Amino acid sequence: MITRKRLKGVFSRLLMSLLLKKQSVKIGIYGPPNAGKTTLANRIVHTFVDEDEDVGTSTEVPHETRRVIRREGVNIDLTANLLQNPVSNPKTKRSKAKLKLDVIDTPGLATKIDFRDFMAYGLEEEEAKRRAKEATEGVIEAIKWLDDIDGVLLLMDSTEDPYTQTNVVIIGNMEARGMPIIIAANKVDLPDSTPQRIKTAFPQHRVVPISALKGDNIDQLFEAMAKAFR
Amino acid sequence: MRLISKGKMESMGSMEKLRFVLDGVKSGNIVVLEGGLTSEEQMKLIELTMIEVSEDFPGIEISGYPSKRGFFNTRRKTRLTVIGPANTIKTIEKSKDLISTLISSN
Ligand SMILES: Nc1nc2c(ncn2[C@@H]2O[C@H](COP(=O)(O)OP(=O)(O)OP(=O)(O)O)[C@@H](O)[C@H]2O)c(=O)[nH]1
Ligand SMILES: [Mg+2]
Repeated sequence: MITRKRLKGVFSRLLMSLLLKKQSVKIGIYGPPNAGKTTLANRIVHTFVDEDEDVGTSTEVPHETRRVIRREGVNIDLTANLLQNPVSNPKTKRSKAKLKLDVIDTPGLATKIDFRDFMAYGLEEEEAKRRAKEATEGVIEAIKWLDDIDGVLLLMDSTEDPYTQTNVVIIGNMEARGMPIIIAANKVDLPDSTPQRIKTAFPQHRVVPISALKGDNIDQLFEAMAKAFR
Repeated sequence: MRLISKGKMESMGSMEKLRFVLDGVKSGNIVVLEGGLTSEEQMKLIELTMIEVSEDFPGIEISGYPSKRGFFNTRRKTRLTVIGPANTIKTIEKSKDLISTLISSN
């Protein structure tokens, strides 16, 4: 027979877990192929979870990520000591920004995928064709995931023209759904990067210039995320 | 090049419209839509395109010419959408009121 005391214990624990458990927000990292989405997903996990854990592989060959990958339960805590990039801005330490999120790394969105482009990277024809097929499936999967996320981190390569129709279409879809969106202007470590061009192209959205690879300004992005996706 | 009038666009359902566009593009045409496609329709078009990508059809180029954002409508309406086969169109150059398409000569 279950004692009343034990029942009470179970009940209170259940109640506590309900009260304390904060739901994760699902944040999709979207953008064109090669923008640095996986590099950023890895950096988020390296910073807040484990320096040795990778979400996925990043390479210079486009459509490296061809399946959506979800890393659940990442606690962004800007008050804690960061493993990497100790927060340089003293204001950040005081703002008690915390956010629990699922990081969703998506395949790069594209309107065309030509297997011949992969052969230019030294892939054999058969492998290039297989990669192209998987890449088309990856794009479809990324689009389907838009229905299941709570916010978008749209990554663009600041050395490239930002005013592409895929960027415009992602933003248009998020606006239509009333979903929060942050644009990260990536690769600002490169000398020919012009993050200002991205700001000019999309003046209605918050644009944070970063280097996912080198870590430049990444704390500012985390702050913006904690604010926008809460 | 196929120019599709606003009237014709409005007479078609969403899926019918996308099918019509994609079939036109797959048979080598540049399709210009008066009134354009919404962001949702364009996303759906990308999805449909990906299903049909093959060795002979690598995909599409798409370009939109948005109208000015109205005071009350936050939803941005596209004024004109130009879609073409990726293997023949090099660039669809953007300019406010002029569309110049460079078609490769093969
Ligand atoms: N210089 C520089 N290179 C970067 C940066 N971020 C990513 N890269 C490089 O860009 C290339 C693509 O990075 P990925 O992280 O694989 O890009 P992705 O967006 O995940 O690409 P797909 O999965 O193919 O869509 C790799 O060679 C990265 O090392 C950055 O901030 N600066
Ligand atoms: Mg990737």
